[in-house]
Amino acid sequence: MYTFPNKLKNIARVLMLLGFIGLALGFLGAPKNVAEAKAMAATEHYGEGHGESSDHHEETHVDEFHAEKSHAEETHGSEAHGQEESHDSSHDEHLLHQLQNKPWAALYVAAFFFFMISLGTLAFYAIQRAAQAGWSPVLYRVMEGITAYLLPGGIIVIVILALSGMHFNHLFIWMDPEVVAHDKLIAGKVGFLNLPFFLGRAVFFLGGWTLYRYFSRKFSLAQDEAKDISNHKKNFRISAGFLVFYIVTESIMSWDWIMSIDPHWFSTLFGWYVFASMIVSAVTAIALITIYLKSQGYLEFVNDSHIHDLGKFMFGFSVFWTYLWFSQFMLIWYANIPEEVTYFITRIEDYNITFFGMVVMNFLFPLLVLMNSDYKRTNYFIIMAGIVILLGHYLDIFNMIMPSAVGDQWFIGIAEIGGFLFFSGLFLYVVFTELTKAPLLAKGDPYIGESERFHY
Amino acid sequence: MSNQVLHALYDDDDVLLKAVKEVREQKHHIEEIYTPFPVHGLDRAMGLDGTRIAIMAFIYGCIGLGVAITMINYIMIEDWPQNIGGKPSFSFLSNLPAFVPVIFEMTVFFAAHLMVITFYMRSRLWPFKEAENPNPFTTDDKFLMEVEINGNEKELTALLKKTGAIEINIPQNYEE
Repeated sequence: MYTFPNKLKNIARVLMLLGFIGLALGFLGAPKNVAEAKAMAATEHYGEGHGESSDHHEETHVDEFHAEKSHAEETHGSEAHGQEESHDSSHDEHLLHQLQNKPWAALYVAAFFFFMISLGTLAFYAIQRAAQAGWSPVLYRVMEGITAYLLPGGIIVIVILALSGMHFNHLFIWMDPEVVAHDKLIAGKVGFLNLPFFLGRAVFFLGGWTLYRYFSRKFSLAQDEAKDISNHKKNFRISAGFLVFYIVTESIMSWDWIMSIDPHWFSTLFGWYVFASMIVSAVTAIALITIYLKSQGYLEFVNDSHIHDLGKFMFGFSVFWTYLWFSQFMLIWYANIPEEVTYFITRIEDYNITFFGMVVMNFLFPLLVLMNSDYKRTNYFIIMAGIVILLGHYLDIFNMIMPSAVGDQWFIGIAEIGGFLFFSGLFLYVVFTELTKAPLLAKGDPYIGESERFHY
Repeated sequence: MSNQVLHALYDDDDVLLKAVKEVREQKHHIEEIYTPFPVHGLDRAMGLDGTRIAIMAFIYGCIGLGVAITMINYIMIEDWPQNIGGKPSFSFLSNLPAFVPVIFEMTVFFAAHLMVITFYMRSRLWPFKEAENPNPFTTDDKFLMEVEINGNEKELTALLKKTGAIEINIPQNYEE
């Protein structure tokens, strides 16, 4: 049995504490009214923090849109758009909403990112179960530990969504009836994008995932002491069923929780794109936690061939992610339809560093580091690539949410770092607590022998 | 090679693997093994060096990448700029997304084909080449181990018998 070392426990607590302080400062620092917002935007900190004169871009942008289209293509804080108000005050209002959104978005990005790791792990685990994989049963307990974060993480995300629904922030502009009333495009989507249905879906999805997680864990533990393999078979069946449920719900979840932040924009492969990010982060998390546990003298049955296989998955899914990232980008770039292409224009003009930086972190770096077969068996390389991949996919989620939520007012500041630290602490705490609850070897699994002998 | 060799035939890959280990432990030199299918772990048991084809694959991929970039830059930008879908054709960078699929395919093409050609050359295989394998059974279901004889024929034969060889002989007209 594993015991949660006090040192790690304290690290997790400190992370949560620091993160909480960071988030609190972020929320306290958000402007209350237009005057404060203007003052903030005027200071170096927000306006110029990322080495680009992004204010200028925003200005020309807005003008173009106003000139070209009567209904504003511009996505946020569009209250004033229907009316023929002076441009300036609408812009200030917009700025206020962006700055007020900032701490919320920082919270949401981090909450979603860590939730996504555990959901991806659940999917990966179900794939191993449904495929009756022979190599991975020694890692089942690690994966089950990570999926323990699914429920708390999911509840936090849904609470944030519900708070958005109660107008604590302007993350989801379609939740504002005032905006919908003046926006024909969103009004046409009300049948799907309305608050009760939205939250109902969220609860249903999380309920389904949690249910699978609960039974799968139960059968997995029962199999340890079982005389026959009936639990294993049950687990096989529910895993196959879960995968069908998962791929449908994951796709809708990604439209709901991420794509609907930008309700005018749509991409048909968005579900896959989020899935790719999710699964590569999940495999990376499994690899990092496995290597950590092994370095502490646990998991003596895990050999470097298992690490090698996880490394191959990290490499492969990183390339898969890039493929989807590029497919989404290229089709929209080529077709050049205004309502679609705005998505990438904001990202390339206002988020240049994070947008292309994440491609380096999520593609080039793992590609070059993990290409060599021997490197994939070396813990040092897996850890190094893994940390970069995880940060890169945090940036990926950041790029999905921030541009629509805060526009060019982004900054990786105290709230963003705080959010990341807080949820990483919570994640570690929940995951390692779950690891103490069962032996680290799923000894009753019929494939456990094959897995222990696994070699490349 | 002037050395005389001894051919031992096996009919099971597990027996063969064990035999390889034993023969190598006794410090005999295994020239070659002919098998009807790839035997997992055989290369390691024989003490062969790891393949270096992966390194070549990377280099070939880089060559493909370079060729593709040069080629598409010449075709689409320098020689005959074309306006496709209203995309600017004056600079390579601003058109890069459209070229990425081509560049990717060329990289894969170069890596794959040059790798296969390298492999054939390295294994001395070419069209209409006579098969080198000494016993046609090795294309069916038998495994053949070729061991060098250094005047210890009897000892070697006994050892191979012990490891489960079903047939041992010294090829008469063995050349090369």
